[in-house]
Amino acid sequence: MFFSDKHTGMAGLADTLAENAGVDGRSLWRDALTRFLKHRAAVASLVVLVLLVLFALFGQYLSPWDNESIDWASLPNLDEDGKPSLTSQHYFGLDPIGRDLYQRTVQGSRISLLVGVLGALTAVIIGTLYGAISGYVGGRTDAIMMRTLEVLSAFPFMFLVIVLMAIFGRNVLLIFVAIGAVSWLNMARIVRGQTLSLKRKEYIEAAIAVGVHPFFIVVRHIVPNVMGVVIVYATLLVPEMILFESFISFLGLGVSEPFTSWGALISEGAGSMWTAPWTLMFPMLMLVLTLFCFNFLGDGLRDALDPKDR
Amino acid sequence: MIRFIIRRLMVAVPTVIALITVSFVLMHAAPGGPLTDERAVPEAVMKNIEAKYNLDKPLWQQYFIYVGNVVQGDLGPSFRYKDYTVNELIASSFPRSAYIGAWSFLFVVVFGIAFGVLAALKQNRWPDYTVMTAAMTGVVFPNFVMAPLLVLLFAVTLRWLPAGGWEGGQVEYIVLPIIAMATSYIAQVARITRSSMIEVMRSPFIRTARAKGIPRHSIVWRHALKPALIPVVSYLGPAFVGIITGSVIIDQVFSTGGIGQHFVNGAINRDYSLILGVTILVGVLTILFNAVVDILYTWLDPRVRY
Repeated sequence: MFFSDKHTGMAGLADTLAENAGVDGRSLWRDALTRFLKHRAAVASLVVLVLLVLFALFGQYLSPWDNESIDWASLPNLDEDGKPSLTSQHYFGLDPIGRDLYQRTVQGSRISLLVGVLGALTAVIIGTLYGAISGYVGGRTDAIMMRTLEVLSAFPFMFLVIVLMAIFGRNVLLIFVAIGAVSWLNMARIVRGQTLSLKRKEYIEAAIAVGVHPFFIVVRHIVPNVMGVVIVYATLLVPEMILFESFISFLGLGVSEPFTSWGALISEGAGSMWTAPWTLMFPMLMLVLTLFCFNFLGDGLRDALDPKDR
Repeated sequence: MIRFIIRRLMVAVPTVIALITVSFVLMHAAPGGPLTDERAVPEAVMKNIEAKYNLDKPLWQQYFIYVGNVVQGDLGPSFRYKDYTVNELIASSFPRSAYIGAWSFLFVVVFGIAFGVLAALKQNRWPDYTVMTAAMTGVVFPNFVMAPLLVLLFAVTLRWLPAGGWEGGQVEYIVLPIIAMATSYIAQVARITRSSMIEVMRSPFIRTARAKGIPRHSIVWRHALKPALIPVVSYLGPAFVGIITGSVIIDQVFSTGGIGQHFVNGAINRDYSLILGVTILVGVLTILFNAVVDILYTWLDPRVRY
């Protein structure tokens, strides 16, 4: 009785398996994609962000002006002639010294987005490796690495970065290295937490058993498996980096002429908003729109990739 | 508990020392000194000036002299504001920053938590949607955007409030700085409070409390709020730091004459002692505040044991 029951059970299972053989398996990433596409705001944000990147890359070809030359004809009466208008083809008006604000904004968008992405990338690379190594090796190494992290996270980094900018000159490259290098702390913490739960998994044990070098276990097996969480936080890091850079540039300690960024443009605009409010409004709208989109995108990706919500 | 507090504060000491060392080394690794753009003076005079500021001694000796003075609460003379010591400059500007900062922080805590709880209790109804839309908007308006925008709206266009100044901290002069400072943090705190409150309200011990027939307001205030505040408290550390650094922006836009202005001027003028002094002050405050947050944590969450 018992045996026969078990046999029909197995046969039933085999039948079910055979029936399902034609059904496509859904991979983790396919699953995530379906969930992401359901998140309307996130998809819309992604579209807007793509448009913003296109604007930064190719926007300069849509206007006859360039970002350096001064419109001498409109300069004497900037408050009137410098207003945004389609007839003068200064779509965003003129900046306080008579340059085309549209072209300046395109230029600023490039730098802001570049700083955001490269800064986040630096933070992600350092943070992921640090966290994965700390979590995987464990023991005393882990304890020392985590104590170091604790000491570092108590630092007022914003001030140190400003000091760095002030003393080593204002250099775009230095800005995102500095920003990235001080923003990996949270990333390291998150990745370490994930690694701790991953390292007990069977496939890691198998890798150890066949004698894979610990470094390759971290790089080939741990890192790819924490990617989901890393992507979510990287998306949220980009706006943070953009904000950080804009903050420093707003103080006049970030990018320097002839380069510009949203923060620098907002700072200029804040100086001339009494007579020319558009100089503040356009760069500000770009910044706010970008922050909005990255936040929604991050929310959408978190819903799609965070295993907690399954 | 007392032992934990003492231990936590002991950890803060090496952090402060590391902070002083790093800023000191950075500052002295900089190309060009505080005296390089001065008018050319006879060498003997230059020597005397350098001797006055201890710049003629080897770097390690300067470091120990400086640390010794800092421990005694003396941050040295300012290099740029010749007649002032850094202590005097900080004493004149810090109270203003602290005043604005304290009000902003109070608003962040009170309004952030209140809005968050409201949204959580009315989840997926209009108060929730209103609060969350406002919060999302608030998050994307950082203080350096908010500050000029407020000036443009209330000072330039409507002419209701002054665009800047201090005037002894009268209400109309500090309203805009406080709003500019607090908005994005209120929004963040509201978002965090909402999601953690929703989670707590779904947990078994709240269901038990409901089953026992405890009135709703008492469940919310006596049972749910304390555990729901744990993630909020851990965000208050970064928020506090943000408000301190935000003072740099506020001082720039509203000319409030707070400590942030000395920091930026110090950075531009290479005023070593001033910038070191401000960095150390801010660093110590940050480290202390983080310690306070950790201690609060153990009180809010009995599961945390050190």
